[in-house]
Amino acid sequence: MSKISKDQVKHVANLARLAITEEEAEKYSEQLSAIIDFSEQLNELDTTDVEPTTHVLEMKNIMRKDEPKEWISKEDALKNAPDQKDGQFRVPSILD
Amino acid sequence: MSVLDLTIKELQEKLNNKDITVTEIVEATYERINETDDEVQAFVTLNKEEALKQAKALDEEGINENQFPLFGMPIGIKDNIVTKGLRTTCSSQILSNLDDPLYDATAMQKLNNAKAINIGKLNMDEFAMGSSTENSSMKVTRNPWNTDFVPGGSSGGSAAAVASLQVPFALGSDTGGSVRQPASYCGVVGMKPTYGRISRFGLVAFASSLDQIGPLTKTVEDNARILEIIAGQDEMDSTSANVEVPKYSEALTGDVKGLKIAVPKEYFGEGVDEEVKTSVRQALKVLESQGAEWDEVSLPHSKYAVAAYYMIASSEASANLARFDGIRYGKRAENAEDMMDMFKKSRSEGFGEEVKRRIMLGTFALSSGYYDAYYKKAQQVRTLIKQDFDQIFEEYDVVLGPTAPTTAFEIGDQIDDPLTMYANDIMTIPVNLAGVPGISVPCGFHPENNLPIGLQIIGKHFDESTVYRVAHAYEQATDHHKQKPQLGGAK
Repeated sequence: MSKISKDQVKHVANLARLAITEEEAEKYSEQLSAIIDFSEQLNELDTTDVEPTTHVLEMKNIMRKDEPKEWISKEDALKNAPDQKDGQFRVPSILD
Repeated sequence: MSVLDLTIKELQEKLNNKDITVTEIVEATYERINETDDEVQAFVTLNKEEALKQAKALDEEGINENQFPLFGMPIGIKDNIVTKGLRTTCSSQILSNLDDPLYDATAMQKLNNAKAINIGKLNMDEFAMGSSTENSSMKVTRNPWNTDFVPGGSSGGSAAAVASLQVPFALGSDTGGSVRQPASYCGVVGMKPTYGRISRFGLVAFASSLDQIGPLTKTVEDNARILEIIAGQDEMDSTSANVEVPKYSEALTGDVKGLKIAVPKEYFGEGVDEEVKTSVRQALKVLESQGAEWDEVSLPHSKYAVAAYYMIASSEASANLARFDGIRYGKRAENAEDMMDMFKKSRSEGFGEEVKRRIMLGTFALSSGYYDAYYKKAQQVRTLIKQDFDQIFEEYDVVLGPTAPTTAFEIGDQIDDPLTMYANDIMTIPVNLAGVPGISVPCGFHPENNLPIGLQIIGKHFDESTVYRVAHAYEQATDHHKQKPQLGGAK
């Protein structure tokens, strides 16, 4: 019995904004289940009261000065865009 | 001997004495690439026209080595480090049309300021996800020592280019071993500095709490000279540390008397090739003869590192790679019905298999109901792994072991088996999880396949100086780093 079912795979693919075929759903179900199985070994460790490490160095709230400065121009910002119009990024319709 | 076989110091001397011009150095790199890259396949994009233009300008300007420490030095750049005006693809189809990036990564900017010359962009596993450079959507890079074998990864292009003398220096990036493991497989020197040592601004993010840029070179001294240029705090990266950058090249005293080395028994366990163990033990003897002392120690949580890493790195990757949406840059799929369809089609067509697998794993681990069981658990285990190192470093100066359990494997051997592939990083991953610096230096050749073996030296947070000092003392006592692969004909 797979740890991650095909339906779960489809749900996760939707969250990740990936289109997947039935075949891929099957394959990911197997592969992800194997990787999750492998990671279950972490449960051998008692981590009660162990703080999670999100960042290895003890530093926080590093800010640079909030000053306006030269950055890329609108023309530059648009020059690698797949589609643009009137100085803006253009995308397919969002609403009908 | 080729000019590309010289060190930074030797090249600078030759430039100073007008024995050579920058143009000649740069031309030599392109000639060598031309000769060997059909076999090696290291480069994704060349910067020839611009590099020769810069070389000419530097020749007219004349050298002032005190002012510009990397004057005229040719360097290759891993293709996940953003280079202004030069295509940056991360070896992914989704960025294959990003021909004109808008800015330079801070590390690149610092190389430019030191007057180094960017020769071109180097192949990698797509978005740095992989250990063999087979996951590139551009090409499969080959190990210069035997082109049937992988160069390692993800910075396989960088390691292979340096090993085959196409460029004397390169930048890579290391999230779970991606500088050190290919350095080991290709017989070159590769450093992953302390997390926060080098700005990550302009390094396309894979796993933000683990990623670091690192230099790959033929000698320890060159490596130190490049790191001392590119390190330092940067206002564009809030995780870059406000810690002074020493002159690493001045730390190479050759003196390791009284140095205390910890040798974790877990790094000599099952799955580690006997010949690899033998080479590393011999390296230990060399250091011992130079006056260092060593003890066997235990890093008891090492065996959990790979599992914790894949949860953490994939989770962070799933968030970081959300930015590739086909809107602002990169490839957009055609014939999308609406916005959502455009996102899904662009991402599905643009990302390769391994990248999608990790995005899926990370999205799953972060999704409602699973977060505590997988992601948080992995971060707690990360704390235990970090504490293992903290304890050892209370008593010892460095930790030493193999860089990788084996020498390079054959192309195609592991590509279909993610878990086997992940096991290549078993001794490099803990270093990223703990955020400490680690280097791989050549320590021999496997007697059966004649492929290079790497020695890993791990140090305390921000103590790259000691890591370099030990690596250099060992290197100077041996000649593994002087061996060259035969390319362009006889194997």
